[in-house]
Amino acid sequence: MAAYLPLFVALPLAAGFACLLIKGVAPRATPWLSVASMLGLLALAVGAVARGGVEVTFAGDWGLRPFGDGVWVSGVALVLDGLSRLFLLLVAVVGTASAIYALRYLAPEPGRPLFHVLFNLLVAGMNGALLAGDLFTLYVFVEVASIASYGLVAYRTGGTEVEAAFKYLVLGTLASTGILLGITVLYAATGFLNLADLAAAIAAGAVPPVALAFASGLFVLGFATKTAAMPFHAWLPDAHPSAPAPISAMLSGLLIKTLGIYALVRVFYVVVGMDEQVRLILTALGCLSMWGGVLLAQAQDDLKRILAFHSVSQMGYVLIALGLGTWLGVAAALFHAVNHALFKSALFLSSGSLERVTGTRKLSEMGGVFRRAPATSVGLVGACLSISGIPPFNGFWSKLLILIALVSGGQYLVALLAAGAALMTLVTFVKVQRKAVFGALPARLAGAREVPATMYLPVLALVVLCLLSGLLWPAGVDGVIGAAASAVRSPAGERPAAELYIESIHRSPSR
Amino acid sequence: MTFYALTLALLGVGLYGLLAKRNMLKKVLGLVILDYAVNLLLVAVGYRAGGGAPILLPGEDPAAFAAGSVDPLPQALVLTSIVIGLGATMLLVAMVLRLHQRYGTLDVDRMDRLKG
Repeated sequence: MAAYLPLFVALPLAAGFACLLIKGVAPRATPWLSVASMLGLLALAVGAVARGGVEVTFAGDWGLRPFGDGVWVSGVALVLDGLSRLFLLLVAVVGTASAIYALRYLAPEPGRPLFHVLFNLLVAGMNGALLAGDLFTLYVFVEVASIASYGLVAYRTGGTEVEAAFKYLVLGTLASTGILLGITVLYAATGFLNLADLAAAIAAGAVPPVALAFASGLFVLGFATKTAAMPFHAWLPDAHPSAPAPISAMLSGLLIKTLGIYALVRVFYVVVGMDEQVRLILTALGCLSMWGGVLLAQAQDDLKRILAFHSVSQMGYVLIALGLGTWLGVAAALFHAVNHALFKSALFLSSGSLERVTGTRKLSEMGGVFRRAPATSVGLVGACLSISGIPPFNGFWSKLLILIALVSGGQYLVALLAAGAALMTLVTFVKVQRKAVFGALPARLAGAREVPATMYLPVLALVVLCLLSGLLWPAGVDGVIGAAASAVRSPAGERPAAELYIESIHRSPSR
Repeated sequence: MTFYALTLALLGVGLYGLLAKRNMLKKVLGLVILDYAVNLLLVAVGYRAGGGAPILLPGEDPAAFAAGSVDPLPQALVLTSIVIGLGATMLLVAMVLRLHQRYGTLDVDRMDRLKG
């Protein structure tokens, strides 16, 4: 029944290798191959969302052998629950928008087929991480996605880009090594890698408290670096702006959430358990990121760097909501993560269009492009309104939900900090709009022209999704987002909903 | 116990090379040492005193095999981890080459144009 799960990884992987094979014969077909693979994933993800429950499959199952009083499980566990569904859908939506945008954004240069190879590998890695049912598979797919992203950041191969990629690679590999060390510690203590077995063993107290604290610390360090939470953010403001616009959108919109937020939720809410210290650390990291990101963004003139610092800041909101440990906190965090993926990818794609229209990324050299490029401008303004939290756009509702979750959890000071940071965000994006879109058109830009439709339509589609998510959010929070939150926390609070996940793996027919 | 302590010391050496050295090649070496320290630890975790090579022969009783051999899983994991480490290192070395061509130096401080 769940035998289709490997397709989520196999489809982009096959598309990626196909791009490599045809790059000498039909290099112009590679962008379309990416679009086709993303549309296929979108269909698969929508199909997966329509089905409920937890689906489990063991990919590459090469038979079971009796052992002791149980059996040996062979094969790679892939598990699809509400949380994975939400993120798979998100990857497919943002991936489709970015793939369509890349059709005309990248000129038919010699490196373009390789761009699409890495693009597909990035998506395969993220999807694999979202489905992984054991810690080591999670680690492998995190590495697949990360290594693809290092290559994509260096795509332009200029000095700045390679330097940013070098920094990103060093910090990213350090984070991955920490994660692997954490996995080693847990394996040494329990003899399990499967998330369900591991969760059961940890709940039964099989891991000594010191070892558990050490492993937790390493996981926080590793996944917080992948999320770019302050003070582990140093790579992001260099790496995200250096990548081509569609990749900036993928990295800021998806990668920091699938490898960071999703992995944190999966590892801490389902496996290790959210104790007081972890909650405190997540809240502290969140507050620091929220304010640090927004303050550092004020000093920037480069549009893409402003957006990158705001990614750090917006991830802060998600982390403080996760630090609450309640169902409402998780739901608010996931809702904000979804909204951030939609508006931040729209913003990064717009920044690419604006760069095409004006020939610069510096805000001080832009201005008045509204008449010249109306569709791009409308997209940018819509996404700006979303991130600054203007109702009825989605950013307002998810920030409000986070504030409500904080107040109901008794975190008044954090709620105050979050409201203050939201105000600062509004200030930045009012400035961005005024300088980029409105005002007088510099004489230099008198001949500026609108970008092609395949570049502004994906942005407009994402902005429409932002608006829809803002208008229909009660249904969304009841539906797919609520299902995702319920997958790791039951609304009542006490009995962890993660038990369903664990039971489903244990009862899987192939086991 | 001594073995674990030495592995952790190796981990420290790698971390020091990665974070404290300004020469990019030394950073790469630090990263490789760090990587291998974790791999070594992973293999050591699966070791069992007096255990044989984990190869299950046809007809062998699985329970007897499990009692008499070292844990095969960490070895499989380490193989994967080595391949991943190799990929990352190759990419890193390629980037160092490119940066050296462009700036004519391996010192990260003398080419730092990014402000993070």
